Amino acid sequence: MKKTIIEVKDLKKDFYMEEITVHALRGINLEIKEGEFVAIMGTSGSGKSTMLNVLGCLDKPTSGSYMLDGISMGELSRNELAGLRNRKLGFVFQSYNLLPRTTALENVELPLFYNSEVKPKERRERAIAALEAVGLADRMHHMPNQMSGGQQQRVAIARSLVNDPVVILADEATGNLDTRTSYEIMALLQDLNSKGKTIVFVTHEPDIAKFMTREVVFRDGHIIREDMVTERYNALELLKGLPAEELV
Amino acid sequence: MNYTNTIKISVNALKRNKFRAFLTMLGIIIGVASVIVMLAIGEGSKKSIANQMSSMGTNLIMVMPASQQRGGVAMGNSNAQSMTLNDIAAIEKDCPALSAVSPEVRSSGQAVVGNSNWPTSVYGVNNKYLGIRKYSIKSGRGFSEREIQTYAKVCLVGQTIIEKLFEGKTDPIGQSVRFKGIPLLIIGVLTEKGENGMGQDQDDLIIAPYTTVQKRILAITHIQSIYGSAVSEEKNSEAISQVTNSLRKSHKLKDGEIDDFQVRSQAEMVQTFSSVMNMLTILLGSIAGISLLVGGIGIMNIMFVSVTERTREIGLRLSVGGRAHDIMMQFLIESVLLSIFGGVIGIIFGMMVTYGVTSALGWGMIIMPEVQALGFLVCSAIGIFFGWYPARKASNLNPIDALRYE
Ligand SMILES: Nc1ncnc2c1ncn2[C@@H]1O[C@H](COP(=O)(O)OP(=O)(O)OP(=O)(O)O)[C@@H](O)[C@H]1O
Ligand SMILES: [Mg+2]
Repeated sequence: MKKTIIEVKDLKKDFYMEEITVHALRGINLEIKEGEFVAIMGTSGSGKSTMLNVLGCLDKPTSGSYMLDGISMGELSRNELAGLRNRKLGFVFQSYNLLPRTTALENVELPLFYNSEVKPKERRERAIAALEAVGLADRMHHMPNQMSGGQQQRVAIARSLVNDPVVILADEATGNLDTRTSYEIMALLQDLNSKGKTIVFVTHEPDIAKFMTREVVFRDGHIIREDMVTERYNALELLKGLPAEELV
Repeated sequence: MNYTNTIKISVNALKRNKFRAFLTMLGIIIGVASVIVMLAIGEGSKKSIANQMSSMGTNLIMVMPASQQRGGVAMGNSNAQSMTLNDIAAIEKDCPALSAVSPEVRSSGQAVVGNSNWPTSVYGVNNKYLGIRKYSIKSGRGFSEREIQTYAKVCLVGQTIIEKLFEGKTDPIGQSVRFKGIPLLIIGVLTEKGENGMGQDQDDLIIAPYTTVQKRILAITHIQSIYGSAVSEEKNSEAISQVTNSLRKSHKLKDGEIDDFQVRSQAEMVQTFSSVMNMLTILLGSIAGISLLVGGIGIMNIMFVSVTERTREIGLRLSVGGRAHDIMMQFLIESVLLSIFGGVIGIIFGMMVTYGVTSALGWGMIIMPEVQALGFLVCSAIGIFFGWYPARKASNLNPIDALRYE
């Protein structure tokens, strides 16, 4: 029996605006086990990002309970949540969110700067290892504006990996990329997943979801469907089959 | 989170945003420098007014005969012959609040050298007079006690006399100047003094021994006025009362009889000037305030302008596990570093500009440490506060809200 990494019960999130209240999440129950690669699907506005932000402790739920790796989030202070993001979570954004004018290496090092147990030497070594894992060892000293979108996203993935998190959360991580580059990113994530990393990946593209092990479909703040992925895609094989013109 | 890390993060952030760091520092530099320059210029003009006043001697005491009445007819001051050399001797003896005293007899007329002539005045005085009136000898010498006793035909001349009567010749010493038919040998030249506060040329004069002027030029035995120096400016009023008592005694005035002389001090003039000084001080204060305000607003603007980009940076730092405290410390250190560097550069820059301005105006360099400290402290305080405050606000946001900030 695999360990439960994420356990969410009756999770609700409301946004209070001047006139109206938006019920972005209306009672979510979800369990994610170690080693899963979960796709969160749904139409625009269905609450996928909101869900992921709550899972990533970037936003607080209005009600409900959330256990991450055996820790209950409800009672934690802001600082404890920050510590948790630092040690247990890795986040990949659609818009990469790298620090501008900062080398790939320093961007990847960033989370470790906030972990005083990691000494400078170890910090550097781990950042280099993470960049190697995403295949960017030769781009270590490049700035974000000297890299393609795909490369920037790989730097962002390296940054999410560097603290060895229990789960990587990605929100439309391939949303800004072309098919080929998306597949490259998926290949990378499948590789990480095969090595045991738990990944939750938000996407609205059914194609992309086929790379994962399970689909969770949202609509209007509810989960309407949960399926294991049959006929799972292998990104490396698909990449081989892609014609070279796709590069354009 | 340890502080070495925070400092490293701050320094890295500054390094990779050199231009923004420069702009922020510019606000502080301009703020500090403008306060220093403005106040130095203000202080300089204040000093130059004060210098002009003290060039006339702030501890100067003057004694003139009082206007006398004879049978109800006002005789005017100049006719009064109430003061004599005995009065000088008595004052020297009776007045410890005076450091020096000199008689003055004065004659106006044409001074002649060769073909040139010039209307001026000859002042007959003793050799303490130069010190009392703040004159100094540029070249040559003053007259000796013996020259006073022998009515020697010697004199010292001011720069205006040299200009008018000795065009081109730089050294008039050894030449003679004729005044009312008497040839006076020039033994010394006075240092230029310029105009006094009332616009009178203080270099248009000839100084001779009082005996010479009394006997050879005016043929009188009385003296027209007495000049003295109080020991210090604070002793002015004491000096005035000592001189008054001494003169009343030597003039044998009984109680109830009015003085046949009047004693005045330059300090009375100073009082008129002091209201001007006060105005100037208020002006300086407002200039300093406005400079600081302008500088402060500049700093504030730059700090706020960079907030958007930095709010996202803060969001990212929060999302990878930075605590609000870490982030506030980072921004605090950044703004402290910027403020200190900016402040130091501002002080240096301000001093350079001050040096340029003051040397152009012919003033001495003006360094006011308290102004430098004030400018530095106020500008750094503003810089630090407005660098830290937006960061504090941003780091208390939800990470996701900071990340999405527009
Ligand atoms: N900060 C916010 N303030 C107010 N309403 C919000 C906020 N964030 C999200 N919402 C609302 O919550 C609902 C869910 O938004 P969410 O971003 O989770 O959708 P999504 O499934 O990620 O959509 P997309 O595929 O377009 O990214 C939407 O109706 C949205 O308008
Ligand atoms: Mg979304």
